[in-house]
Amino acid sequence: MRLSADQMIFWKHGIFKLNGTIVFTWVLMLVMAVGSKLITRKLSTGADRTRWQNLLEIIVTAIDKQIEDVGLSHPEKYIGFIGTLFLFVAASSLCTIIPGYEPPTGSLSTTAALALCVFVAVPLFGIEEQGLSGYLKTYLKPTVIMLPFNIISEVSRTLALAVRLFGNMMSGAMIVAILVTITPFLFPIVMTLLGLLTGMVQAYIFSILAAVYIAAATSTRKRKTEQAEAGPVPTP
Amino acid sequence: MLIDWFTVCAQALDFLILVWLMKRYLYKPVLDAINVRETRIAAEIADADAKKAEALKERATFQSKNDDFDKQRAALLSKANDDVKSARQRLLDEARQAADALSAKRQETLRDDARNLNQAISRRTQQEVFGIARKALTDLAASDLEERMCAEFIRRLQAMEGEAKQAFGAALVAAPAPAVLRSAFDLPKEQHTQIQNALNQTFAAEIPVQFLTDTHLISGIELTANGQKLAWSIADYLVSLEHGVDELLKQKGRTDVQPAQERAVAPKPDSSEPSTTAPGKASP
Repeated sequence: MRLSADQMIFWKHGIFKLNGTIVFTWVLMLVMAVGSKLITRKLSTGADRTRWQNLLEIIVTAIDKQIEDVGLSHPEKYIGFIGTLFLFVAASSLCTIIPGYEPPTGSLSTTAALALCVFVAVPLFGIEEQGLSGYLKTYLKPTVIMLPFNIISEVSRTLALAVRLFGNMMSGAMIVAILVTITPFLFPIVMTLLGLLTGMVQAYIFSILAAVYIAAATSTRKRKTEQAEAGPVPTP
Repeated sequence: MLIDWFTVCAQALDFLILVWLMKRYLYKPVLDAINVRETRIAAEIADADAKKAEALKERATFQSKNDDFDKQRAALLSKANDDVKSARQRLLDEARQAADALSAKRQETLRDDARNLNQAISRRTQQEVFGIARKALTDLAASDLEERMCAEFIRRLQAMEGEAKQAFGAALVAAPAPAVLRSAFDLPKEQHTQIQNALNQTFAAEIPVQFLTDTHLISGIELTANGQKLAWSIADYLVSLEHGVDELLKQKGRTDVQPAQERAVAPKPDSSEPSTTAPGKASP
């Protein structure tokens, strides 16, 4: 019994290997990219729109709104990263209804890669927003004593991101696989449906947590800017 | 080992490529399309707002003009009504005056006609009455009547007194020609003598008298001498009566003018009936 698609090796040469996780990821990337290209090929700016365009607009505007609600004032700047996180995880979960498919997010390598991307993207966005020193100073807040705890928090939350997604997706796939062996009818279907819901929730949680981390890293400058625009606070 | 670091790196690379692909083929076109649409809708809404504001302004202007027009129309209608009322009153007054004038003229004409008819009837009646009287007296004239006339003439002659008697006597005496005595019929000799004696006695002189017959005298005797005349005849009565009736008719015509003018204001349909005295009622 495979825990993940990593163990599905198609080709191997030294440290390079082509496993099921990479292949399914490529397939997903191809479907998402080609599908987006096909749908956005003839976008209408008028009142008459196709159903697919409406679907894409709903998805994109919903992501945009969620990012803005988290606290990022320029969502179009972050939608590429956060939106792709959500869509990739969601697509990975949705495709579990296809027989023979194994979600790439069920592999700890994939979730770790995504968590590492978040781990790298958060300081990059923070530095872009606040500058290097400004971002580094956030580790010293509220006091210098909190520096090691902040660093541990940074690392642990990345680890938590990776393990949370992996655990949920892997467990879902595992439960379905086990149930198929025990009760081959009906119950696996119900669990697959539950897995779809779980996958969507995980996609939402993963992308929202990434947005929250980015917002936390970029919010200091924003607060200062808002205070400067509001003027000096009157003292009682 | 659950983590394959090559797979981790490959998946991270794959994810970054997917991020680029999604931005390139999904987010950017969709967001651009949404922005274009929102911009266009915002422009349309702004345009609609501008048009709405303009429409409201034009509506206000139109409403104001409508109000002004209504006021002007009401004023013109009121003025026209007043003009019509005054014109109607004026025309009614003119028509009433014209009708009054026509009525008065008609009444006057009717009165003139009635008066003329009355006068004509009166004249005709008068002429007929007098003609009948003359004819009757002429028919009735006889010797007895001549005797009575002669006696009446003599009585009058003898009854003369004062200046009239003296003037007539002087005229008889001083006349170069004999006095002329006219009668409607030939007087008998006896009456010639009575008249001659009466003259001689009355004026105490021999009065020459020429006896003539005049058919125009109706049962009468007339003595003329040197411009003086002494006469008695029924014709004198008739002439006197005719003059009296003429005078009465003239007075009647004058008195009819005043009531006729008063009746002209409210004429009666039967006012054309003659109101003068009937011909049969004409008294001498």
